Amino acid sequence: MMEFALFLGCTIPARLNQYESSSRAVLEKLDVGLVDIREFNCCGYPLRNIDFKVFLLSSARNLALAEKKNLPVMTLCKCCYGSLKKADFLMKENASLKKEVNSTLEKEGLKVEGKIEIKHLLSVLHKEIGIEAIKGKMAMTFKRLKIATHYGCHALRPSEVVGFDNAVAPSLFDQLVEATGAESVDWPMKLECCGAPLWGINDRLSMDLTLKKLTDGKKSGADYVCAACPYCHIQFDKVQKMILSQRNVNHPLPSILYTQLLGLSLGIDRKALGLEMNEIPITGIEELLSQETELAEQKESTETTESNKE
Amino acid sequence: MFLKVSLYISLVIFILALIYKVSTWFRYKIGIGAEEIPTSTRFFSAIKGILSTLFSVKILTLLKVFVLDVLLQFRILREDFLRWIMHIFIYGGFMLLLLMHALDKTITVAIWKNYYSTINPFMFLRDLFGALVIIGVLIAIYRRFILKVPRLFSNAMDIYAILIVAVIMLSGIFLEASKMVAYSDYKRMVDEYSGLSDPQELKSLEAYWVKEFGTVSPNLKEPFDEAMLKKGMELNQSSCESCHAKPQWAFTGYGVAKIISPIGLGIDRAHLPSVLWIIHLLACWVGLAYLPFSKMFHIFASSISLLANGVIGKEKLSPANRATLQAMELDACTHCGTCSLRCSVIMAFEEIKNMNIFPSEKIASIQALASGKKLSPQELRHIQEGVYLCSNCYRCTVVCPVGINLQDLWFNIRETLLQKGYPEFLVLSPLSFYRGLMREETIPKDYEKPLIRAREAIAAQCDLMKKKDKVLPLTPTDRKLQSGLNLSAQAKTFSVCFGCQTCTTVCPVVGNYEDPQEALGLLPHQIMHAAGLGLRDLAFGSNMLWDCLTCYQCQEQCPQGVHVTDVLYELKNLAVKHVREKTLQPTERK
Repeated sequence: MMEFALFLGCTIPARLNQYESSSRAVLEKLDVGLVDIREFNCCGYPLRNIDFKVFLLSSARNLALAEKKNLPVMTLCKCCYGSLKKADFLMKENASLKKEVNSTLEKEGLKVEGKIEIKHLLSVLHKEIGIEAIKGKMAMTFKRLKIATHYGCHALRPSEVVGFDNAVAPSLFDQLVEATGAESVDWPMKLECCGAPLWGINDRLSMDLTLKKLTDGKKSGADYVCAACPYCHIQFDKVQKMILSQRNVNHPLPSILYTQLLGLSLGIDRKALGLEMNEIPITGIEELLSQETELAEQKESTETTESNKE
Repeated sequence: MFLKVSLYISLVIFILALIYKVSTWFRYKIGIGAEEIPTSTRFFSAIKGILSTLFSVKILTLLKVFVLDVLLQFRILREDFLRWIMHIFIYGGFMLLLLMHALDKTITVAIWKNYYSTINPFMFLRDLFGALVIIGVLIAIYRRFILKVPRLFSNAMDIYAILIVAVIMLSGIFLEASKMVAYSDYKRMVDEYSGLSDPQELKSLEAYWVKEFGTVSPNLKEPFDEAMLKKGMELNQSSCESCHAKPQWAFTGYGVAKIISPIGLGIDRAHLPSVLWIIHLLACWVGLAYLPFSKMFHIFASSISLLANGVIGKEKLSPANRATLQAMELDACTHCGTCSLRCSVIMAFEEIKNMNIFPSEKIASIQALASGKKLSPQELRHIQEGVYLCSNCYRCTVVCPVGINLQDLWFNIRETLLQKGYPEFLVLSPLSFYRGLMREETIPKDYEKPLIRAREAIAAQCDLMKKKDKVLPLTPTDRKLQSGLNLSAQAKTFSVCFGCQTCTTVCPVVGNYEDPQEALGLLPHQIMHAAGLGLRDLAFGSNMLWDCLTCYQCQEQCPQGVHVTDVLYELKNLAVKHVREKTLQPTERK
């Protein structure tokens, strides 16, 4: 069985419990083992603006803790992912930086050697488990559901550091969404930022960017925006709700976490998925579930062959 | 007489101090809006809250919390087994000693009619409880000074707490031991209780006690002949045993008695038992009188904190009750360090040497702040930085063994400190995401002030930004700025920028404005240029720097491989450092 050290970060346990519970449920269903390392600390992302060293040390300590257990790290957050990847990259590139970091970590008996892999949940689902294996476990599929996939900046870029997917034309997340039977719509602003990094720093600007992006998703026909990052999701959920009331917008584009979407089609208990915990209701999505997994798969496969012919 | 008077004095001090301490819960001003709420409002609001809880179904929750968390301390057990053993031993042992030994004439006697401190099980239990406390104290010393639990800081209060318990316990054990060896104590018991007068019998009994129970006699020395010992044993059975168990049962005292027996006669002659008796009692009185001022006050405050937070849950408190609860919670903190052990941002301390980063150490600073003590601007800034440097992960609150809602305390203190006027640059980091989510809980007119103040403090150090018409030379003016961009060994790439403006074109922030330069100052490609030319003021003073999303679009698209976003990141670091150096005293910079 595959095993990962689960890196939850700070936001999920404090503000997005449904992401943790749904991820655990989905991964259990897909036979992925998770190890919790209690000593993990903040990835350092929020402090990079002010102090590079604090960021680097914070990320490095987490990597060292996982290395000690010899486990690859899986993050659920794209910003944690980007930070850990960046720190790993920098220390691999710059031996003196690594030495400096290790001289601090040494005080706790820790050391970074750069031996372990850092993965985001989505790449684990796509690469380690695979679309076909996921489809094999489906209990239901979605019918007539249109999803706008949101990739998240810190997973995609800088591509030389993160290596998540093609940074210009990514498809990994779309494939994962389509595995549930939903349609992944094309939308011009798919790869744009959610606006969360500026929430609390420049709210007006952050709202502008979020609203622009969500309006674009809505205009492109999406029923829901789907994210796999706590910052992006909270921005699309709780912050969107605040934007709606402040700017007199009446038509939200609700956000669903990918693990909630996948969890529903895997037939996981809705309590574990925490559907009611989203601020903008998403429970309507359940009506689009259908039992016919076989049909959906057949249709999928004919589609793939067709597209292959093309 | 002296002991009695001193007991009453310490009792009076204890009660007055208790009243004083509890009054601070209603007087200390903590958090948003607390300045305006009078003490009386807070007092009655608390009474109302307590009564409405007591007469509702929540009483069941209270009972559950009382048994599980206050008495059995499950919250400590959940964290650390060794610590739970330590605490249960100290607190359990001490409470039982208090009830069954110190207050034996009122409590124990009332329960067991035939109570005598010298018979079993009481004699054994007293020593057992004492031994538990001693083991607990030893574990405490071991954890703090040998095991060195990470980020467990020991202050004067912690050491005092260990000391006072140790003195009380050790003086008690030595008192017991000295009485075991002291001949005059033996003599007194024989005179009072045995009813023996035959010299031969007295001699046999004494020999038996010397041989078996460690009494040090000035008259008799071992070896004794068998017949005499046998006689002594019979006499012990008939005259002593019914109200004096074998001293061996008091195992801690007996152990010490064996060790000190060589100087047993001297101990008796120096009246050491009376001296130790006074020390033992005075230590108790001192402990009692000082309790409300010491860490031991947590016996009351922590219990209340557990009960209160047990029923409050996620409920929103009125501002009056919130301030009262938080003032009380400051006393409930036992400085156990669990929060600092689990804190998410601990690595920050490696670079920013501010003890207020650690949650357990913030409490003392906040206590000083709440008490109305005059703090220097430097101290205020340090507390402000400490409470802001928090990723709001709630872990401190989840693990706190006494149930303090630390997260809410930080938020509340943060908001009041930010309004004191000292610029806090951390507000310009994603740490503010949480503050943004909580903006409905802040005072609307004050919400943006700290953000504006931090930007203004930086802009104030960038003169060149203000002189828009000044003609600039095209040769690098500040080489230090260029060489300073070396934190990650990535940012140096700015020098290959050829000004194609791709970064600016793809930037979603630039794209958001009709007149981007008006809103943002220099745009990304211009900042790269400014960095190349060493124009520090222009690079630092642009809003673009702080309005950067860090979405990495610019860096990804740059045809020259300039790490645009990384450069912006490092410029932010340097700008903050630069402004700190310009505006703060040298001692305050780190």
